[in-house]
Amino acid sequence: MKNKYSIFSLIKNALSGHENWQRAWRDPEPKKEYDAIIIGGGGHGLATAYYLAKKHKMTNIAVVEKGWIGGGNTGRNTTIIRSNYLWDASAGLYDHALKIWEGLSQELNYNVMFSQRGVVNLAHNLQDVRDLKRRTHANRLNGIDAVWLNTEEVKKFCPIINTSPSIRYPVLGGTLQRRAGTARHDAVAWGYARGADKMGVDIIQNCEVKGIKRNNDTVEGIETTKGFIKTKKIGVVAAGHSSVIANMAGIRLPLESKPLQALVSEPVKPIIDTVVMSNAVHAYVSQSDKGELVIGAGTDSYVSYTQKGSHNIVEETLRAILELYPIFSRMKMLRQWGGIVDICPDASPIISKTQVKGLYFNCGWGTGGFKATPGSGDLFAHTIANDEPHKLNAAFNLNRFVSGDLVDEHGAAAVAH
Amino acid sequence: MFIINCPYCGERDQTEFSCGGEAHIERPKQPTELSDDQWAEYLFMRKNIKGIQFERWNHIHGCRKWFNVVRDTSNDKIHAVYKMGERPPIK
Repeated sequence: MKNKYSIFSLIKNALSGHENWQRAWRDPEPKKEYDAIIIGGGGHGLATAYYLAKKHKMTNIAVVEKGWIGGGNTGRNTTIIRSNYLWDASAGLYDHALKIWEGLSQELNYNVMFSQRGVVNLAHNLQDVRDLKRRTHANRLNGIDAVWLNTEEVKKFCPIINTSPSIRYPVLGGTLQRRAGTARHDAVAWGYARGADKMGVDIIQNCEVKGIKRNNDTVEGIETTKGFIKTKKIGVVAAGHSSVIANMAGIRLPLESKPLQALVSEPVKPIIDTVVMSNAVHAYVSQSDKGELVIGAGTDSYVSYTQKGSHNIVEETLRAILELYPIFSRMKMLRQWGGIVDICPDASPIISKTQVKGLYFNCGWGTGGFKATPGSGDLFAHTIANDEPHKLNAAFNLNRFVSGDLVDEHGAAAVAH
Repeated sequence: MFIINCPYCGERDQTEFSCGGEAHIERPKQPTELSDDQWAEYLFMRKNIKGIQFERWNHIHGCRKWFNVVRDTSNDKIHAVYKMGERPPIK
C-alpha cells in the first residue's frame, strides 16, 4: 500500500516537521461512466465500495455523497458495536460484522480504535429477565458470546450503577457480551475511504443525486449536481434519505424516517469502562476516550427530516440516566444532536435487489446501523457484484414484506427502534 | 418539537399528541381478495415524504380525538389541520 502508516512513516514525517503527509484520499471530478455507483458516502457506502474493489475487483466505481463523507449518521451515532441479536438471520449478519471489526484496523492500516469493552443490556422487570435470558441462550446457540449477570454481578461489573431495589425500575440483571464494545466512528469512514481510494475508487463529495434514470426496468445512470453519470449498477446506501432516492427511482420502501438524538457531556476522568444499555428506561451510556459520557436517546414518534429531535425525548433519557447513575447528577451536557434514521417495520435492515435491474438498496438500519458497517459493506458488495445476495443477507431481502417472512428484532434492536 | 392546533382544543404542545402516521391509507374493502403484494402495500409501504406530508394525529393527552395534519417534514412546519373525513385543504 502506498503511504502505509507505521512507526517509520511517523518518525520520517516527524523529522520533516509533519509537512509532507499525503492526503488520505483524492477529490476527483466524476467520470462520464462507472461500472457501479454507490449513493451515500457514510460508513456503509464506503465499506461497500472498499469490498467491491477489494473482493470483487470492481475498481471503476464511484461513491457519490451530497455532503462530506462521514458527515451523516456515521458521525452522529453513539459508536456501539455488538452482535447479540435474537434470531439466527440477525445473529449471522451482526456477528459477521463483529468478526470483521476484530481485524479491521490491521486490514485498513488505519486505527479505528475498536475497543472490546463489553456491552450490558439491563433487565428491569420480570418480562425483561425472561426475554434477555432467552436472548442469552439464543446467542450462545449461535456461537455468540453472551453471559447472564444477576444484580450483584451487574454491580460488580459496573459499580456506578444504582442497583438499589427501591428505585422505580430496579436492575434485576442483564446480559453481557464481552466481545462487544465501541469504535471511533469517523475513523471508520476515513479508513474505508482511504482504502477504497487507493484501489482506484472515486469518492465524489458535495455531489447530490437529483434523479435516477431508468429505461423501463433497468437503470441507466444518475442525475447529480455535477451532471449525468452513466452506470449499470446503483447501490443506494442513503440511510434516512433512502425513501427520497427510492421515490426518484419509482419504487416503494417500507420505511419511516425519524430523528434520533444523542448527547455528550463535558469530559471527565475514566468512570465507566464499558457500555450499559437499557431498553426499558430508554437510556444507554458509555465514555469516549476523550472522557465525555456518550448518551443515546430515543427517536421522535413522527416522520421528520430535520436532524434535531424533541427536547422531551432528551429529558426522558436523562431522567433514566440519573436514576441509574446518581453519580452523574451534576454533569453538564456539552452537545446534543440528531440524525435521521430509516426504520423498518420489523426493526431489521434491507440489503437487497429490487424489481429494477441494477438497482440495489441497503437501508432500514434504523437506530443501530453503525455496529454492522463492515459486514453490511461486505454483504452489499457481494449482492451488487453477483446480482445475488450472500447467504448471510438473503433473509434481509425487500420481498420479505410481501412473503411475510419478517425478521422481528424489536426486542434486540434496542432503544426506541 | 412543535405546536399543533387541535381542531377541538386549540393550540397545544406536540407532546400532548400521538402520531398515527401517514393519512388516507384506505382499509381494504375486500380483505379476502387481496394479493400478497396488495397486503404488503397496505401494511408496510409508506411514502415517507421529505416535504409536505399528510398524517394522522391523536390528541391522546387531551380530547383523545383523531384528526389530520399537513406538515412539512423537512422543517416541521404545519400547513393545515383538518378533521377526519374531511378533504385535505391543500393538494
